[in-house]
Amino acid sequence: MSATAHSIENTGKSIWDGGQSPLKASYGKLMMWFFLLSDAFTFSALLVTYGMIRFSHQAYSGTVEAFTFSQEYWPIPEKVFEAVPFLHGMSLPLVFVGIMTFILIMSSVTMVLAVEAGHRMDKKAVEKWMLWTIIGGLTFLGCQAWEWSHFISGTGGGGASLSWNEYGPSDFAALFFFITGFHGTHVLSGVVLNFLIYYNTVTGVYERRGHYEMVEKVGLYWHFVDLVWVFVFTFFYLV
Amino acid sequence: MHTEETSHVQVVPADKAKIKKIWMTAGILGLITALEFLIAFTVPHEMEMTRVSIFIAMTIVKAAYIVGEFMHLKYEVKVLFWSILIPMIFVVWMLTAFMYEGGAIFDARY
Repeated sequence: MSATAHSIENTGKSIWDGGQSPLKASYGKLMMWFFLLSDAFTFSALLVTYGMIRFSHQAYSGTVEAFTFSQEYWPIPEKVFEAVPFLHGMSLPLVFVGIMTFILIMSSVTMVLAVEAGHRMDKKAVEKWMLWTIIGGLTFLGCQAWEWSHFISGTGGGGASLSWNEYGPSDFAALFFFITGFHGTHVLSGVVLNFLIYYNTVTGVYERRGHYEMVEKVGLYWHFVDLVWVFVFTFFYLV
Repeated sequence: MHTEETSHVQVVPADKAKIKKIWMTAGILGLITALEFLIAFTVPHEMEMTRVSIFIAMTIVKAAYIVGEFMHLKYEVKVLFWSILIPMIFVVWMLTAFMYEGGAIFDARY
């Protein structure tokens, strides 16, 4: 038995009795983790709702080539999302959403690099990578704005609203707006938080403080947004 | 004045191995996404169960890399690791229960 374990035994105290950090993480970081856990429940609820509603509707049974939009059955996602900006009229299924996925993954990478630079107290590098992360986030939001406007105006069949859409049952568009909208709102608030971090880095707040832990905390949030997109991509666009 | 203020801060040079690992993880995430595309257009829709299982497996692998490496959870204290993971059991149950429910609504409708 080590000396420390012995003294704990004697006083009847464990590491959970206070004065120490049993999880070896700061309060702010822990609270970010548990907030993200609760946010994961919210997103799970939305995605499970999608699964349930899709299961309660008729599925398309013919061949993919012969597929046409109908309110009778749930659409095949790759037939709905096949437009790419500047390439009007071409059928490029899931290409644009693939580009969006890569943009978000890349902005997650630049975020890790910002956190890594923060550990080294490298102010210039943190500034550089935070800026790239913000650009990535804004690009993603721009792509989503385009996708929404294309989805709403449609391909000549009347487009989509919360109550009706040309692609399939009315719930299909409603869920599209809810799920990608809720995720997009997260991206937007992530960009705002990233900008605040960038601003504080540039003005030297973290350098004076002696550490860049705020970059880490907001980094956790940003990675979570990327994580959710991975699930939205699979369950909304691929399956 | 600005340089004077910051001159006492010691910038540590970057660890090449660490940076390499970050880009490796990014490469894996990109590769899995590319594979998902490949499967989406090569495995026919008639094999729906196979497609869905592959997609879900790949999504979980991607999620593990993002949470484990990017969010650094793999390297946190075990208690923290499990406090985040174990509550996700509720999501698994939610998924099971509501998919079953969806099937029941389908049967009642058609």
